[in-house]
Parts: sequence; structure tokens; C-alpha cells
Amino acid sequence: MSSTPPAPRPAPRSASLSAASPRAGGGLHRFANPGRFLRMTERVLPWLWAAAGLVLAVGAAWALVFSPPDWQQGETVRIMYVHVPMAWLAMGGYLGLAIASLMSLIWRHPLADLAARELSPVGAMVTALCLATGSLWGRPMWGTWWAWDARMTSVLVLFFLWVGHAALVRAFDEEERGARAAAILALIGAVNLPVIKWSVDWFNTLHQSASVTRVAAPGLHVDILYPLLTCALGFSLAFAALVLARVRAAVMEKRLRQLQLAQARQNDTRRNEVAG
Amino acid sequence: MSLSRKQRRMWLVVLAGLGLGTATALTLTAFQDNLVFFLAPSDIATKNPGPDRAFRLGGLVEAGSLQRRQTSDGRPEALFRVTDGPVTVPVSYVGVLPDLFREGQGVVTLGKLGADGQFRASEVLARHDETYMPPEVADALKRSGHWDPSKGAAPPAASWNTLTPGQPAAPERSGG
Repeated sequence: MSSTPPAPRPAPRSASLSAASPRAGGGLHRFANPGRFLRMTERVLPWLWAAAGLVLAVGAAWALVFSPPDWQQGETVRIMYVHVPMAWLAMGGYLGLAIASLMSLIWRHPLADLAARELSPVGAMVTALCLATGSLWGRPMWGTWWAWDARMTSVLVLFFLWVGHAALVRAFDEEERGARAAAILALIGAVNLPVIKWSVDWFNTLHQSASVTRVAAPGLHVDILYPLLTCALGFSLAFAALVLARVRAAVMEKRLRQLQLAQARQNDTRRNEVAG
Repeated sequence: MSLSRKQRRMWLVVLAGLGLGTATALTLTAFQDNLVFFLAPSDIATKNPGPDRAFRLGGLVEAGSLQRRQTSDGRPEALFRVTDGPVTVPVSYVGVLPDLFREGQGVVTLGKLGADGQFRASEVLARHDETYMPPEVADALKRSGHWDPSKGAAPPAASWNTLTPGQPAAPERSGG
């Protein structure tokens, strides 16, 4: 290694011009190129699936077999290991949807539209699982399947937002208009996120307040907290893998459609030439 | 000052977000009194729901107040008092109580307040607090006198959430 750093190579004029496009938006446009996205995710995705499977296997065994029951809820507390990660993913996923919608509206990022479109069915699914497991947990513990308290009602609204987004984004013949309308819906719906998070503090509810994210120490014993965090990590990895796989499929589908369109046009002109 | 299209869109989104956020905050503040799931015993005097209106009463089951008996037609009846500290309301309920119901537990009851001050509940839901601990840890806290579940909430979580009650004589606990 020489002590003098190598002098920066002066960029040729043509290169500096062409470099303006990927460099212009800083980190933002690094992932804008669908081809690069496909190449990158092709390498990352198998590892993501493997990590999700491994962490979920460890988390499931830890949560369902090795972790202790709760002193008053008994074995029923194990519903938490699915319910809480689903609730976190429902809200975290929606935050991702809001960010993708913002990027789509302001910067017209080509992948943000696809990401939002592919995110919403998965988000609707985890929110439905959150509601279903909560209901199954509420019946034996609280004594009711459902109550119209602020927490449960705001999560139900979140579910409708997910489903509404998934429907709206596919409701137009012109894809761009659907993406625009759905992005606006997603951003308006984002006001629901703080309402969900703090509903248990602002209003009195049947649902208890937060156990993990509170100013004092987590209200869970470590033997319950650690398997919960492991399950949450596993489900998050699986969520990310699922969404990435869907976006990949959507990119390839779009390319295929463009190819078919181009081919059809070519065939058309050839036929016209023969006919003419 | 001229703005690029991107900047114009960004400011539009920021302004719309501010407006929407303010509107939501104002609405929630205005409806805060109506968005309650239950009234606490000390709310009854100020809110005064009236004798014939059903409402939800929520609070803790007072320690030592629970009596169980049977009605004349053989159904289980529970008598207990719901308290939030300063005010206590006697409650009667005919039916099966949820599993989590116990003295010191949070409950939400739906019913009507009689003229005699007795709350007649048609539905009792149990609340649970945000603490989760293994039975051994709860036993250790109870044995050492740090906590009486019938008197109220568990002590601060930092004092027990890494507690390992396994004594040298006790068999090793399962799990990590």
C-alpha cells in the first residue's frame, strides 16, 4: 500500500453526463432501476427466506414449548406470540406503504408504485390475522370475542384501509391513475397509525396498554419477552421476503407485458406490410 | 421563488398532511369524552348517566368484596365492589364470570345503576394489565411479600422481569 492516495480519476465528459441519472437523487434512485432491483433481490431473496424459516422455527419452538405459561393467563398467553408480531407488522407495513406512496407521489419512483401495490394484500392478511388471533384470545381472557373500544376499532379501520388500498390500486384500467388514487388514500389513512398506537393511553379501553415499548422496563418477564422478540423477527423476515417476491414477480410481469405488446405491434406492422 | 415540480408536490403533501393531522387531532380531542369504553366509579357523580341508561362501569374488584351465591332458580350470582380508589360501587351479576375474574383484577361491567346505588350488571368482562410473568416468578413475589395480587398491580417490572426464582433445592426450570 503506498502512503499517497491514488489521485481521483477525472471522469470523462460523457460519463459525467450519464452518471447524472443514477446519482441525482442520492440513495433514492439507486433502487429505481428495475433491472438492478431484480438482480439484487435474486441474490438476497433465498437468504431472506432461509433466515425467516430458521428464526421462525427457533421462535416457534421457544414460544410454544420452552417458554413458561403466564401466572394468570396460563397457556393462553401463547396466542401473544402470533398476535403481537402480526399487530406490529400490520402497523409497520402500513408505515412502509405510506413511505412508498410518498415516494410515488413526490418523486414518481417507478418501483414505489409496484411496492405499494404488492404490499397491500400482504398487509391486509397480517391485519386480519391480528384481529382473528386477538378475538380468539379475548374470548377466554376478557370474556368477549369483540368490543368496540378505541384500540380494536382503530385496528379494524386499518384493516379496511389495507383492503381499500388493494382494491383501489386495481380499480383503474390505467395503472398510473390507480396508483395515484391509492397513494393518496394510503397517506390519508396514515393518520390512523398514531391513533392505534396511543389509543390505549388516550382513551380508556378494554385492551391493556403497551408491554414492550413503554418508558419503564418492559412489563414482560425475559422468559416471555425473548421468544416474543424472536417470533417478531421471524415473522418480519417472512413478511419482507413475501413482499419482495411479490414485487419481483410484478416487475417481471410488467416486462413480459411490454415484450408481448412490442411483439404484437411488430406482427401488426409486418402483416400490414404484407397486406399493403 | 420558483419551485420545481417535485418541490411543489412535496409542499402540497406536507401542507395536506398538516391540515389532516390537525383536523384529526381536533376531532379526537373533541370526542375524547365520547370515546370512552367505560366510566370509572368516580366519573359517575360528574357524568351521571341516569337510572335507566345502560353504561359500562370499569375499575378494580375491591379486595375482600367478592361473594358468590346462588339465585332462587339455581343460577350463580356474584356480588362485588368495583373501585378506582376514591369511589366504590357495589355490583351484582348473575351468570358465569370470565376466567381472569378475581379480586384486584380490572373489570368492565355493562349494566344499569339502580336508585339504591347498586349496579346491576348484565355482562362482566375482565381486563388484564400489561404485565406477563411465569407462575414461579409470581409465586416468588407473593411469597416474599412484594406483591398481593388482590390489592393491585404488580411492582415495577424492572424489579422482577429478569428474576430467576430457581433456588438450589428447586428443580431447574424448563426453557431459556
